[in-house]
Amino acid sequence: MRATRWEATLVLPVSEDRDHIQGPGEAPVTLVEYGDYECPYCGEAYPIVKEIQERMGEQLRFVFRNFPISTAHPHAEFAAEAAEAAAAQGRFWEMHDHLYEHQQRLRVDDLRSYARAIELDLDLFDKEFEEHVHADRVHEDFLSGVRSGVNGTPTFFINGIRHDDPYDFETLLTALNGAIGAGADHGGS
Amino acid sequence: MQATLLPPGTSAPDFALPSTLDGPLGPQDRRGHPLILVFYPADWSPVCTDQLTLYQEVMPEFERHDAALFGISVDGRWSHLAFAKDRNLRFPLLADFEPKGVVARAYGVYRAQDGTSERALFVIDPAGAVSWSYVSPTDVNPGADGILRALEDLAAKGVTR
Repeated sequence: MRATRWEATLVLPVSEDRDHIQGPGEAPVTLVEYGDYECPYCGEAYPIVKEIQERMGEQLRFVFRNFPISTAHPHAEFAAEAAEAAAAQGRFWEMHDHLYEHQQRLRVDDLRSYARAIELDLDLFDKEFEEHVHADRVHEDFLSGVRSGVNGTPTFFINGIRHDDPYDFETLLTALNGAIGAGADHGGS
Repeated sequence: MQATLLPPGTSAPDFALPSTLDGPLGPQDRRGHPLILVFYPADWSPVCTDQLTLYQEVMPEFERHDAALFGISVDGRWSHLAFAKDRNLRFPLLADFEPKGVVARAYGVYRAQDGTSERALFVIDPAGAVSWSYVSPTDVNPGADGILRALEDLAAKGVTR
């Protein structure tokens, strides 16, 4: 269902300044995920990505960008803004994990309780959340996905090229290792 | 005769199909503004759902270009109403139901072997001419990027904002 016959590429390059990144900048392969915190398929992909990260270690750089589809998932936008509010306090990944580990509970009260659990400055979190300070950032992520050929979630890009095959552990790992091999063939650049 | 996709530059055939709005709709109702026509095979099928949900989500960007979007399939109006309600789709869905597929045929995107339309996209300019058209494999979500490019091309030519 997801296979395509053309190649879609990431239009907004990964930026160390802008993006939420795990793994070293010099890693030979970068996996970018466009995800929605309320999307069940993203929930299924979450532990797979964790396992891949564990397996590949320093070989992998992982980037997460927001693609909330509010039409289908009424809590997705606020969840994304909560993750960005956590990011503003240097705690993006802790919030990211909390959200995916509690996908069924993404009401505003829940988001606040996760902010408390990861010991954010709650006054600041509340202020930013209520003023939707991070809505523009979330929208920028979303639009960059639309222009890159993200048509649903999760969508993965491997070294900037959309991964149209399934995202089970074996398939994704093989594709990532294949990208490392392809990079080595081209002098590692 | 095998129908072929209406290419850019051709006049977009007018029609008046029953819709999820109160009255019938067709391109002539949007003359003076760009219009996106989205032909899709069927309400409720998985790819259509993702595709149309994405368009609802991207609607503010389409509207920035003053464009409206009509979805069209051979499903009847009652199916369209239930489908739109279930998926929170707020753009109109048009029923190319009787005579079945007549509008899809006029646009060269009817699949006689399946009794449905292709998964096809048209951007129609304010004067009523096709400015961009595209057929996707039926099982592939074509996304929104092509539509946005077509709208940007119209704006670049000074035809629209």
